[in-house]
Amino acid sequence: MKPRWEVGDELDERTLPPLDRMRLIKYAGASGDFNPIHLIDEAAAEAGLPGIIAHGMLMVASMGLLFSGYLEHGYVKTFRSRFSGMVFLGDVLRVGGRAGGVEETDEGRLYAFEVYARRGEETVASGEVGFLIYEDHG
Amino acid sequence: MLYAEFVGASSEPVRNLIERGAVRRFAEAIADPNPLYADGEVAEKSRYGRLLAPPTFPRTFDYGRIEGLELPSAGLIHGEFRISYERPLLVGDELLCRVELKESYDKQGRGGLLGFLVFERTGESLGGERLFTADDVVVVTEAVRRGIGA
Repeated sequence: MKPRWEVGDELDERTLPPLDRMRLIKYAGASGDFNPIHLIDEAAAEAGLPGIIAHGMLMVASMGLLFSGYLEHGYVKTFRSRFSGMVFLGDVLRVGGRAGGVEETDEGRLYAFEVYARRGEETVASGEVGFLIYEDHG
Repeated sequence: MLYAEFVGASSEPVRNLIERGAVRRFAEAIADPNPLYADGEVAEKSRYGRLLAPPTFPRTFDYGRIEGLELPSAGLIHGEFRISYERPLLVGDELLCRVELKESYDKQGRGGLLGFLVFERTGESLGGERLFTADDVVVVTEAVRRGIGA
């Protein structure tokens, strides 16, 4: 069924599995981002980090999971993300979001969501997603 | 201001094909099990008629190089990402992609003078229709700045 949100509606928060090295290796391979601070302990230490850190774009993709279930009806039209914290191996993140606005456009109904990725109470990434629901059937 | 002479410079466009296997591996890497990314039959019956590419997939494209611009290989921080689509990208799409250094500015931060570089990455259809525009804000810390002698 075509989703419909009211301003203030929250998306179901999701808890991601603890970050493991294989996730970063797979993301590096799939994205082509082999920056060693995401993969190799010594490189992270050289950069002054306590350990390897997740790719920022993997955090964006994780927030994008919030909309995956609605792709039959629409798509992510805009996505903006700011990175505010580093994510390390073993970290457990929660991603969530809230509808902040809705606008009728020629293409369909465009929802504005505020989204976040958090570790405990700390926000490691946050942003805005414009999700467009097509106007046609249903 | 860092790399001032390159502001407005852009790469030569590079042709990219969105391949099924690359999308499947990417969806798996971001732990997104949506069949619209991986199951051809489901995708065929969907409104899109073809497999979809995830919203952050443009990360994987080759955008070419801005001639002469050599960024430090380590220490850059990804501060912000923005993307805007005209339509979703589909497996089988061919795009012309390029990158431009759109802005460079400095800001005083707690840890010293920070440099900000805004790279705009775009994808157009072969017919010249803009499909997406993505901006990456890259932060250059004072330590990295000293390393490049700026």
